[in-house]
Amino acid sequence: MATLVIAEHDNAALAAATLNTVAAAQAIGGDIHVLVAGQQCAAVAEAAAKIAGVSKVLVADDAAYGHLLAENVAPLIAGLAQGYSHVLAPASTNGKNYLPRVAALLDVEQISEIVAVESPDTFKRPIYAGNAIATVQSSAPIKVISVRATAFDPVAGEGGSAAIEGVSGTGDAGTSSFVGEEIARSDRPELTSARVVISGGRGMQSGDNFKLLYALADKLGAAVGASRAAVDAGFAANDMQVGQTGKIVAPDLYVAVGISGAIQHLAGMKDSKVIVAINKDPEAPIFQVADYGLEADLLEALPELERGMG
Amino acid sequence: MTERETPMKILISLKRVVDYNVKVRVKPDQSGVDLANVKMSMNPFCEIAVEEAVRLKERGIASEIVAVSVGPAAAQEQLRTALALGADRAILVETDEELGSLAVAKLLKAVVDKEQPQLVITGKQAIDSDNNQTGQMLAALTGYAQGTFASKVEQAGDKLKVTREIDGGLQTLELSLPAIVTTDLRLNEPRYASLPNIMKAKKKPLETVKPADLGVSVASTLKVLKVEAPAERQAGIKVGSVAELVEKLKSEAKVI
Repeated sequence: MATLVIAEHDNAALAAATLNTVAAAQAIGGDIHVLVAGQQCAAVAEAAAKIAGVSKVLVADDAAYGHLLAENVAPLIAGLAQGYSHVLAPASTNGKNYLPRVAALLDVEQISEIVAVESPDTFKRPIYAGNAIATVQSSAPIKVISVRATAFDPVAGEGGSAAIEGVSGTGDAGTSSFVGEEIARSDRPELTSARVVISGGRGMQSGDNFKLLYALADKLGAAVGASRAAVDAGFAANDMQVGQTGKIVAPDLYVAVGISGAIQHLAGMKDSKVIVAINKDPEAPIFQVADYGLEADLLEALPELERGMG
Repeated sequence: MTERETPMKILISLKRVVDYNVKVRVKPDQSGVDLANVKMSMNPFCEIAVEEAVRLKERGIASEIVAVSVGPAAAQEQLRTALALGADRAILVETDEELGSLAVAKLLKAVVDKEQPQLVITGKQAIDSDNNQTGQMLAALTGYAQGTFASKVEQAGDKLKVTREIDGGLQTLELSLPAIVTTDLRLNEPRYASLPNIMKAKKKPLETVKPADLGVSVASTLKVLKVEAPAERQAGIKVGSVAELVEKLKSEAKVI
């Protein structure tokens, strides 16, 4: 039994979600190999070789894999998968894009966004926006699994010394090409891996008022998120959305400001360790899941909170 | 940007699911969730797929829209909704079994082989199983290019330019046709069906086929052992002031 973990990266650095995915592989047991598919991604391969518990790193360095286009990378992974009992990838937008394509090429069902490993063939995963947890058993010869990173504590990114081995690519399928990318650059931590997340909802009243959240976030080293209502109202960017249809987060501290607590939003943050809700509506459902609730006008409470963190 | 000489045929797939406003309950015997007397609707991401197809037709880019659903006889209701919104005809692949994404993708592949559309639009995920697989699997089985989690779809000569919502921002790809697009939330805002269009939809063709007619095996490698309610979070305490909140976070929760 051996597991192939597909590394998440941007050709320059290994993304943290890879470490959580290796943790899920460890829970399954057996040898763990990591595949780095990319372009000029040697630094990523070296970082992957240092991950604790990884015994081999496969590198497919090819222009066809530079942007992890599913049409190109899926045949590569499906080919390599023949030597493994499990193939795991983080349930990032990359993993969600290419992994089902891999599963279909292998003629097996994918097991999406697992949150627990019960045994090498049995896993738990949320369904209905996290309102139910299904335990599923796979009889597939190769189990293709996407992993919800926040559900697994990361393994150490240092200490390992895996061998690095090049693998030949399967070429460019020629059906898709990369045109461009707009990535929001921020000095704040990434939402899904931040220790503290501060999110604003429709109660923030305007995009301008989000500055209050940014100020508090900078004091706490936190990431800033938003509810779908706030995103739809144009207060915050799409990629800041926390919820069933946005990012799933589980930080040590989640501060929900002016967020009512729709089921959709709760699905994205209810596994946070400590939840704080600040809302002026005492009936807001968010208070039912909050460890600490504060009924207050947030325009007054936020500056006071920021000063209090000093 | 040049227009295609011949407008394309679009296939949309849609799923009948529990309405997104319903808070589902797990059955006491842990065999699944209780769907008795629960409101069912078209999956929200599939509504966006229908809307996008209709807009492409309104812009003269699409010539015909065929709506397909894999599901029980009752899914005719959702197909009629798609017809009222602007689809030209519908196909129900009727089954009472709850099929996995791979089986659904294989059935859709059989329909694609028959219909030969230039573009297939599906929702990115169904809000019941939350799998987010079917579109990508259909792309694998057909060998087509895929533009998943789309927030913008444009025609670029004989190709399709798709802007995708990815972690941290947006990515734009160019896809050869035929292609598969899966919809994200912000692709469009679906319209409501008007009463005259609902009446007209009753006369539009709706064909029913069985999986066996399509020669597809729907066997699955995945078995649901049980379905449980998630661990409930208990409401905590209300604090009276910002100062008290800061104090609790520091000394009690120890998170700051």
